[in-house]
Amino acid sequence: MLFFRFFGRTALSLFQYLGTLLFLAMEAGHSIVRVPIRWRLVLRQVLEVGYRSQMVVMVTGAFTGAVFGAQTYFQFHRLSMDTAVGAVVAVSMFRELGPVLTGLMVAGRVGAAMSAEIGTMKVTEQIDALRALGVHPIDYLVVPRLLAMMFSMPLLVAECVGLGIVAGQFVAVNLLGVSRVYYVDYMLKFTGARDIKMALTKAFVFGILIVFISCNEGLKAREGAVGVGRATTEAVVIGSLAILISNFFLTMVLNILYPAGV
Amino acid sequence: MPNTAMISVVDLKKEFNGQQVLRGISLEVAAGETLVIIGRSGGGKSVLLKHLVGLLTPTSGQVRIDGQALTGLTERELLVIRKNVGMMFQSGALFDSMTVQENVAFPLREAGERDVALIRRKVDEALSVVDLSGHEDKMPVNLSGGMKKRVALARVIINHPSCILYDEPTAGLDPVVSDQIDHLIRRLQKRFGVTSIVITHDMKSAAYIADKIAYIHEGAIYFYGTPAELMASTDPLIEDFVHGRSHETDD
Repeated sequence: MLFFRFFGRTALSLFQYLGTLLFLAMEAGHSIVRVPIRWRLVLRQVLEVGYRSQMVVMVTGAFTGAVFGAQTYFQFHRLSMDTAVGAVVAVSMFRELGPVLTGLMVAGRVGAAMSAEIGTMKVTEQIDALRALGVHPIDYLVVPRLLAMMFSMPLLVAECVGLGIVAGQFVAVNLLGVSRVYYVDYMLKFTGARDIKMALTKAFVFGILIVFISCNEGLKAREGAVGVGRATTEAVVIGSLAILISNFFLTMVLNILYPAGV
Repeated sequence: MPNTAMISVVDLKKEFNGQQVLRGISLEVAAGETLVIIGRSGGGKSVLLKHLVGLLTPTSGQVRIDGQALTGLTERELLVIRKNVGMMFQSGALFDSMTVQENVAFPLREAGERDVALIRRKVDEALSVVDLSGHEDKMPVNLSGGMKKRVALARVIINHPSCILYDEPTAGLDPVVSDQIDHLIRRLQKRFGVTSIVITHDMKSAAYIADKIAYIHEGAIYFYGTPAELMASTDPLIEDFVHGRSHETDD
C-alpha cells in the first residue's frame, strides 16, 4: 500500500512538473511567433552561453576523445583491430559522447547561471517589476536564452566532437603507433552525414531542455538566497538527468531515422 | 459603480496557504485623486497594491482599473493595462544588471523608442526630478537604499502613466528627500492629473499628499476618510498609529 502511495505521488509530481515545462514551452513558442524578438538580448546570450562555454566544451571533448582513443586501442590491439580505433572514436563522439558530454557541461555551466540569475531576479522582485512595466518575463528572459541556446548548442557539440576526434587520432596515431592512413580511411568509411545529423539533433534538443528546466527553476525560486541556491542545484541535477534519460529515447528514435553503419 | 472611479476594488479577499491576508477590501479612487494607505506592517497593504496591477490573483473579489476588470485576464492582456499603471516597489526592484541610465530608460525602450538622444534627454529629466543627476552610469549595487528608491521612481514617471502605485516611497529617505518626493507626488497629481495610491508609515507625508486615507488593519479597511477626519479620530487604534504609541514601558 505504502509502495503504491509513494509511486502514485511520484508519478503525480512528475506529470505536474512536465505540465509546467509544457506550459513554459507553449508560452515561449507563442512569444517567438507573436512578439517581436529582442535580438540584442539574443546576441548577449549567445556570447554568454555559446562563446564563453567554448573552453570547457573543447577541453571536455579533447580529453574524452584522447582517453577513448587510448582505451579502444588497448582493447582492439589484443584483437589486432588497431585500425578500427578511428571509426569507433568518431562514431561514438558523434552519436553519443559529444552531445551528451557537451549537454552535461552546458547544463552545469549555463543552466546553473540561468537559474541563479532568474531566481535572484524573482526573489528581489525584479521579475514583478518587469511585469509591472508591461513586459512578459518569458518574452524578456526565456526566449532570448532559448534562441541563443538553439543556435549555440549545435556549434558547441561540433567543437566538442571535432576536438575529440582530433585528440583520439593524436593518441592512437602519434602516441600508440596506429597507421594514419588506415586510421583515417576506416574513420571516413564508417562515419557519415547520418552521424553528424544525429549529433546536431541531440544538441538542439538538449539545448532546449536545459533552457526550459533552468528557466523554470529560476522562475519558481522562492525564499531568498536559500531558494536561489536550491533552484540552481535543481536546475543542474534535473537538467543533467533529463539529458541522460532523453538521450536514450533520442538514440532509439534517431537510430531509425539515421541508422548506424555503412 | 460611478464612472469617475479610476481604481475600484470590490470585496477583495486573498489567502496564502490557508491564511487570510485580505478579508474583503472595497474601495474606490477617483481619477486624479491620491489615496494614502496606512496600517501596521504585515497588514496586507503591499499585497493589496500588487492586486491592483494583477501581479497577484485574488482568492475572490474584483479589481477594476479605468472600468476594466482585471480578474480573468491573461498575463498578456494584463500587460496592456500595466503600461498605463506605474508601480514603485518597496525595495525599488531595480534591474541589477543594468546601470541607472538603462533602468530608467527601460520603459521607453520597451515602448519601442529608439532615438538615443531623446531617451537620454528624457532620462536626464526624470533623474533631475528625483535629484539624481550625475549618477547615470552607476550600477544599482553602488547606490544607497534611498537612491535606489528614487531611481525606481524615475523609472515609473518617465512614461507618464495615468496612475501610479507607490509602496513606501519615502521609507529610508532623509527628511529633505522625503519632502521632495511628497512634492513630486503632489506635482504629478496637479499637473498631469495622475491618480495615486501611496502606502506609507510617514504620517507627515500622508497628511500632505492624501486626498483620502484608508487605514488597513488585519486585512480589512478599518478607517476611510480625509486626513482631517483621521487626525480628529478618537479611536484608540488610530490614535496609537497616528501618534506612534506602542504602550510599552521601560520596566
